[in-house]
Amino acid sequence: MRLGNHWTGAVARFSIFSLTRHALSGHRRWERTWRDATPREGYDIVIIGGGGHGLATAYYLARVHGIRRVAVLEKGWIGGGNAGRNTTIVRANYMLPGNQAFYEWSMKLWERLEQELNYNVMVSQRGVLNLYHSDAQRDFFARRGNSMLLHGAGAELLDRDAVRKIAPFLDFEQERFPIQGGLYHRRGGTARHDAVVWGYARAASALGVDVIQHCEVTGFMRDASGAAIGVETSRGAIRAGKVGISVAGSSSLLAARAGLRLPIESHVLQAFVTEGLKPVLPGVINFGAGHFYISQSDKGGLVFGGGLDGYNSYAQRGNLPVVEDVCESGMAIMPMIGRARLLRSWGGINDMTMDGSPIIDTTPVPGLYLNAGWCYGGFKGTPAAGSCFAHLLATDTAHEVARGYRLDRFATGHMIDEKGNGAQPNLQ
Amino acid sequence: MRIPCPYCGERDAQEFTYRGDAAPVRPQGDAGFFDYVYLRDNPAGPIAEHWYHAQGCRGWLVVERNTRTHEILGARLAGECAR
Repeated sequence: MRLGNHWTGAVARFSIFSLTRHALSGHRRWERTWRDATPREGYDIVIIGGGGHGLATAYYLARVHGIRRVAVLEKGWIGGGNAGRNTTIVRANYMLPGNQAFYEWSMKLWERLEQELNYNVMVSQRGVLNLYHSDAQRDFFARRGNSMLLHGAGAELLDRDAVRKIAPFLDFEQERFPIQGGLYHRRGGTARHDAVVWGYARAASALGVDVIQHCEVTGFMRDASGAAIGVETSRGAIRAGKVGISVAGSSSLLAARAGLRLPIESHVLQAFVTEGLKPVLPGVINFGAGHFYISQSDKGGLVFGGGLDGYNSYAQRGNLPVVEDVCESGMAIMPMIGRARLLRSWGGINDMTMDGSPIIDTTPVPGLYLNAGWCYGGFKGTPAAGSCFAHLLATDTAHEVARGYRLDRFATGHMIDEKGNGAQPNLQ
Repeated sequence: MRIPCPYCGERDAQEFTYRGDAAPVRPQGDAGFFDYVYLRDNPAGPIAEHWYHAQGCRGWLVVERNTRTHEILGARLAGECAR
C-alpha cells in the first residue's frame, strides 16, 4: 500500500497474530512503519528536531491535545542524532525538587510506553545500582533515596553484602575505593533507543503528524512584531502557528538564528561498546568514585561511558585521555571487563546548561518555544520531555512536573543544581 | 589535543585546566552581569578560550581552537591579550 501525504488512517497493529501472519508470508508484506512525508505549506505547530524528544512531542500533541496539523523537521534522518548516541539508560534517581517529579513522570510513561505506542521499545527494568565508597557518600545516597521514595520512584540502600549478591564480580577488595554499598533503583533499566524513535514516529504518523526527514531549518520567519510565524528550511519555507525547538546539542546554534543567547555550552560525551558477550551484568552499575557506568545490551555488548571530555565541542568525537580515564575506572571496579575487546566508541554533543538541568519553556520570541539543555538526561527524559513540551505548546502553560525548567531561572536565581557539569559559568 | 604554550612549547592538553570561553568580559557595574555569568555564544567553529597551564608554567593562556574539529589554531599569554 502506498501511503499518501494526507493519510491519517490507523496503522496495522502489531500483535501475535500479525507476527504469525507475516512470518507465514516470509516477512515480505510488512508495510512501512511511518510515512516519509513531504512538507506542506503550513502547520499549526512545527517541531524542529526529529529525535526522540521532537517525535514524542508531536505524538503527545496529537494524542493528548488533539493537535494533528503538526510537522517534525529533521535535518538528517530520524534517530540519527543524539537519539542514536546515548547509552539507553532510563532511571528516576534524582533528588532535587523540580527534577525528581519530572523523571518519575518519565519513568511512569516508560513503564507503559509499549502498550501506549503498540511498539516494542524494549524497556527492561533490570535495576540501576549506584555504588558508594565512603560514609559521606552513603549519607548522601540515603538522602537521595528518601527523595526518590517520597516521589514514588522506589529506592533501596544496600550494604556491601547485598551489593555482593547482585554483582559478585565487582572488586570488593580494592583498597583505594572500597565498595561500602549502593543505592538500588529497581525500576530503572534500559530501553532500545532506535525503537523509541521509531515507535513515536509510527504512532505520531498514524495520528496525522508529518515526519519530514532531510529538512534542515536555516532560519525563522518573523512578523512585524517579531513573533515567529514559520521556518525557512532546505526544502522551502513552512508557516507555523507555533515553532518548537528540540535540537539538544545544537540548541545554541539554532536559537542564535532567532537572536537568542542561551545559558548553554556544547560538550562532547563519549561512550563505548564491547563485542557481544553472554549475559554477565544484571543491570546498570555506576562507579561512585570515578567516571564509569556500564550496562549490557540485549545483543550482549557491554555499553559503558564516563564523564565529559570537558571542553566545548561540536566534533561528535572525543580524545584519548578520557578513553583512558573511563577504561581505568572500569578496571578499578570491574576487572573482568579487561578481557573484553572494545568494538567501537563514539561521541555525542550535549547541551550543558549552567546548572545541569534542562529547559522546557517559552522564549522572549513570541511563538517560539524551547526544549533544550538536556545535559546527560535526554534519553531517560524522552517521554516526559515530549509530554511536557507538548503541554506547553498546546496550552502555553508549563506542565506541573516541568515548572522548574524555566529559561529565566538563571536570572531569578531558581537554579536546579542537581549536577552542574562541563559548562563554565563565571561565578567568581 | 596539543597546545603550543608560549613559555613551554607544544604540550599535551592534559597538562592544562580548561576555563571556557574567553569572550565574556566582567562588567564594572550590575548591568550586563547576568549575560557575563550565564549566557554564551557557544560557537561551532573557532573560539578563544582560557586554558591554565597547571602542570607547566602555571600561566593563563588564551587558546584559539576550532570546536568542530578540535584543531588548535594558536595560543597567547592571557596577560598579553589583555594589554
